[in-house]
Amino acid sequence: MEIKVLGTGCVKCKKLEKLTENTVNELGLDATIEKIEDIYKIMQFGVMRTPGLVIDGKVVLTGRLPKTNELIEFLTK
Amino acid sequence: MKKIILLIALLVGWIAFYMNLANIADFLIYNILNLEEGKHLTESIWFFIYEVPKVMLLLVLIVFIVGIIRSWFSPERTRKALEGKSLFAGNVMASGLGIVTPFCSCSAIPLFLGFVEAGIPIGVTFSFLIAAPLINEVALILLASLFGWKVAVIYALTGLTIAIISGFILEKMKLQRYVEEWVYQVKSNQPGLVDEKITLNDRIEAGLDSVKEIVGKIWIYILIGIAVGAGAHGYVPDDYLANLLGDENWYAVPLAIIAGIPLYSNAAGIIPIVGVLMEKGVTLGTALAFMMSVIGLSLPEIIILKKVLKWQLIVIFVSVVAVGITMVGFLFNFFNI
Repeated sequence: MEIKVLGTGCVKCKKLEKLTENTVNELGLDATIEKIEDIYKIMQFGVMRTPGLVIDGKVVLTGRLPKTNELIEFLTK
Repeated sequence: MKKIILLIALLVGWIAFYMNLANIADFLIYNILNLEEGKHLTESIWFFIYEVPKVMLLLVLIVFIVGIIRSWFSPERTRKALEGKSLFAGNVMASGLGIVTPFCSCSAIPLFLGFVEAGIPIGVTFSFLIAAPLINEVALILLASLFGWKVAVIYALTGLTIAIISGFILEKMKLQRYVEEWVYQVKSNQPGLVDEKITLNDRIEAGLDSVKEIVGKIWIYILIGIAVGAGAHGYVPDDYLANLLGDENWYAVPLAIIAGIPLYSNAAGIIPIVGVLMEKGVTLGTALAFMMSVIGLSLPEIIILKKVLKWQLIVIFVSVVAVGITMVGFLFNFFNI
């Protein structure tokens, strides 16, 4: 699984990155996590609110932090 | 269902508490603390004990409601609504949507880029970017509870007018060449987040989240603000500031605005200062102009915008908005509102 965290460095973006890392580790998933900070690249996903979460090329969340169980759902679907 | 019942119970509790704030303050002051009636100190403490829960209760309720309302809006939808709108109508809509669309100044750049990509005129985008921070529920509740509803409504209406007209003027000035070139090259190959399914439960959660986030961030400012207000309550104003920024001096308004630009604060942080200024004899027009300048024009925001705008455009943007705020200030001072 390919996970991308989109964020220019706002507080929530860093939190999302941490939360995703922890959850992936806890679930023992085979996934790569990439942080994308370049605004030009972020815009290519059509995201207008950071942070954004992209799983296997699909935007699943923008503009807020997910609840842990919500994130687990995204990751295991 | 359980959640709805709980919410209704909370609302009933809220109303009961709100209706009895004065009684509770009286009880605490005269029965528990045994303070003497009529003393300055007693009055100040009473004001504090009455005002803090009042403002907090109002904030929690309104932020919750606005949080729910905002769950119907998103920058993506706002962008769609603004696409292809004619100029003036676009400015009016963008300013209105600026109030209800969830927005954080940290997302100003992606939002700006997203709007440009959709072909929305930059003047319309500016209307949005001016209205979004300037007019918000927190500013309005605090203005209303400290200075009355009339002041809050005036603030909202003049703020909207500034956002609409500034955006319109900026578009008419044909400033596209002062936007960094790379901005026009941005192309998204993806539609972003396609319609999320949002249930009523999610909306309630969104409301609760915004209460946690906003009230969690600003409660300390409210406490300080009311403490300052309580301290100033009933004391004789010092007339130095009143001489400098009172209604006699035509330059009071521009001076207040220039002082406000480098300062940065959210609405909650600035209201206590506005309160003190007014206690010290600064007129309402000057105080509101100062507040709008601090919230609407700020150095950090300018630095963020510098990524996508050339300095010429930033200077013009700040000047147009500053002139708008000046006119609002003069208007109020002139009509003595």
